[in-house]
Amino acid sequence: MTILRTTNLTKSFGSFTALNGINIEVNKGEVYGFIGPNGAGKSTTIRLLLGILKATSGEATIFGRDVWKDAVDIHKRLAYVPGDVNLWPNLTGGEVIDLFVKLRGTANKSRREELIERFDLDPSKKCRTYSKGNRQKVAIISAFSSDADLYILDEPTSGLDPLMELVFQECVMEAKQAGKSVLLSSHILSEVERLCDKVGIIREGRLIETGTLAELRHLTRTSLRVETRLPVPALREMKGVHDLEEDGLGLSFQVDSEELEPVMAVLSAQGIVKLESAPPTLEDLFMRHYEGTGQASQAGSGGVR
Amino acid sequence: MLTSLSHRTGQLVRFIIRRDRVRIPVWLLGIAALTFIVAQAFTGLYATAQERQTMAETMLNPAMTAMVGKGYGLDNYTFGAMMAHQMLLMTAVAVGIMSIMLVARHTRADEEEGRMELIRSLPVGRLSSLHATVVVGFGTNIVLALLVGIGLSALGIASMDLEGSLLYGAAFGAAGMFFTSVTAIAAQLSANARGTIGLSITVLLLAYLVRAVGDVTGSGLSWLSPLGWVASAEVYVNNYWWPVALTAAVAIGLAAVAYVLHAKRDLDAGFLPAKPGRTRASKFLLSPLGLGLRLQRTGLVAWAIGMLVLGASYGSVLGDLDAFMADNEMLKEVLTPVEGYSLIEQFIPFLMIIIAIICTVPALMAIMKLRVEEKKNRTEHLFSRAASRIRVIGGYVVIAFTAGWAMLSLAALGLGLAAAGVMEEPIPLGTFYQAAMAYLPALWVMIGLAVFLIGFLPSVTGLVWAYLGFSFIVVYLGGLLQFPAWLSNLSPFAHASGLPVEEMAYGKFFLLLVIAVGLAVLGILGDRNRDIRG
Repeated sequence: MTILRTTNLTKSFGSFTALNGINIEVNKGEVYGFIGPNGAGKSTTIRLLLGILKATSGEATIFGRDVWKDAVDIHKRLAYVPGDVNLWPNLTGGEVIDLFVKLRGTANKSRREELIERFDLDPSKKCRTYSKGNRQKVAIISAFSSDADLYILDEPTSGLDPLMELVFQECVMEAKQAGKSVLLSSHILSEVERLCDKVGIIREGRLIETGTLAELRHLTRTSLRVETRLPVPALREMKGVHDLEEDGLGLSFQVDSEELEPVMAVLSAQGIVKLESAPPTLEDLFMRHYEGTGQASQAGSGGVR
Repeated sequence: MLTSLSHRTGQLVRFIIRRDRVRIPVWLLGIAALTFIVAQAFTGLYATAQERQTMAETMLNPAMTAMVGKGYGLDNYTFGAMMAHQMLLMTAVAVGIMSIMLVARHTRADEEEGRMELIRSLPVGRLSSLHATVVVGFGTNIVLALLVGIGLSALGIASMDLEGSLLYGAAFGAAGMFFTSVTAIAAQLSANARGTIGLSITVLLLAYLVRAVGDVTGSGLSWLSPLGWVASAEVYVNNYWWPVALTAAVAIGLAAVAYVLHAKRDLDAGFLPAKPGRTRASKFLLSPLGLGLRLQRTGLVAWAIGMLVLGASYGSVLGDLDAFMADNEMLKEVLTPVEGYSLIEQFIPFLMIIIAIICTVPALMAIMKLRVEEKKNRTEHLFSRAASRIRVIGGYVVIAFTAGWAMLSLAALGLGLAAAGVMEEPIPLGTFYQAAMAYLPALWVMIGLAVFLIGFLPSVTGLVWAYLGFSFIVVYLGGLLQFPAWLSNLSPFAHASGLPVEEMAYGKFFLLLVIAVGLAVLGILGDRNRDIRG
């Protein structure tokens, strides 16, 4: 069952096209990872989905209803966590949570207490005294203490410490197990890898890659570090080998996932002494999409590999 | 030890001046210009000694004493005496506010935002930033003192000599220094910028009130107030320097107290304990309307009290006007009253139009709060939940319309009650109230316009302030400057009936009402159809 669907969703601000024909589909019980660099259009997409911005063209529906016209009804079953939570400095965290939960309509009191405990938040403090992480917690607690069917999370863990990030991931998993759907926009690729069933990569207002993680892995590379008894000059010429570096007998390089087999055959013929491999990560895929444009090629050839 | 505590203060002083290179000159020039303009205006308004003497007599009442301070030199009310009596205290309050804002901004506000932490991580002394702020605060006030002193004497007005003028400026400087130090202490006591400003303003208001009570009762109470001290310098009459010197000396002593407190405390800590807030929201808060009210509660209550006081202070003058005109045979002959109306009654519509325009300010602020919230991305929290556009803007519209009515009612109430207290033949309260309500539709038109702009042209909603300013100028000064009628007619306030002198024009009254409501409804509908952008 499709919970959220956008068809050729486009948004222009004056002459600037922020989003260009975005197609997203999120099904029931699915966690959809929405990744992309800053300014790619993630937040704009989400604000369109929330009926805060009006689409220039294209269609977006949630629960089969139009996100602009039926915003209020949709929001009764939807929970949202923004990436940058601005709160009212003179209200306490507890007051804000109550307000948010009440505005949605479906309150779950015991859940509120439990989440405040799990996220270790002091609800009696004024919001002005909260750090970024604590403001983020207020939004997350209000989102998960209401019984929503769709969670829209826009970089929800920015500012959270690693422990709290784990608690957040548990919350998402629990929601998924309860059959809820999640749209998770994130920078933290390990988080997306751990949580998401499907991933969409957005760049400069266009969705450049979508699919399940398994599908996308075909596009990824495996990092290898080997030491062989005899040198392997042929490796440099082989198809699918990238960023080859030599130090003595040690070699480190990357292989396209589909070219792994012939490469391994050549290596083992020269006698493998030592082999380390790092699994293909979303990060590699992500970085590779940057490299193509030159914009982020420096980051691509940087320390990560 | 001392040098290490205040290491690199000089650099921080330059940094503060760099950050405030527009703000400080604007304050200084504003206060100086106000002083010069009023001094110049006095010479035009009260050209003869007799006119000044008449003015002196109207000053001889408790309401004026409470407001501007005890009169002195009234038997020979020169321009200098007039200026020092009527302007010094009020302007000193403005200087106090300037100093409070300046110091709070560079102490607790910086600390709260985490900027102080960055500074402190550099090789600077623990006291350097506070010291630099106090140095800039004192320096700004000393510059102000010289600017005002030299400027006033340069105007070359008779009776405003160099010594008196320098003392006049010094009185500002000393008052400013005092509140610089008060704020420096408040910044150590309170753990946030809001509390720091609140505490300092409270001290300022208390200083004003204590002096008012002291001056009216003639008890020594005024000696407890720094504003009482600077006023007792009796500038241009007796030129006592010592009270001003005393104020400056106490200011330096208080700064030392602030230093001691600052050295003792941790960064981000305050000496006043922060009490825990509610962990649960009250039922009242749980709606867009409730939230809107809660966010503006303090501001609206403060404005409401302000409007009551504004009305009351006008009302207390009405009594004097009444007595003044009853005693003055000459005036009676010169001013032929409109048939059947006393001079006071003729004065009411003029007062009401000013009161109505001032009352528009809090009402407009109430509706503009929606834009403030939107710019800070906080309406997003409501719209991303099950709150519709209509419900959110509707809440603010209700608050703004109600606030406009309440402010106007309170001002009329204050006016009527105070007038009843001081007049020999009181005008009934109902007359004042009706006169005020005649302006309510015009006030609402301003709000309606703001709602309309929010709905259709959200980026230029600020224009409504310009329109209010325009209204004030054409209505208030239009007669004086002889603007053409069509120009004044562009303001909604020009179309309200001037009760009780004019007949109530119900046609115009309802037309304005319809325009106000119509604009608001259009704006609300337009708001449904626009992007929310922070």
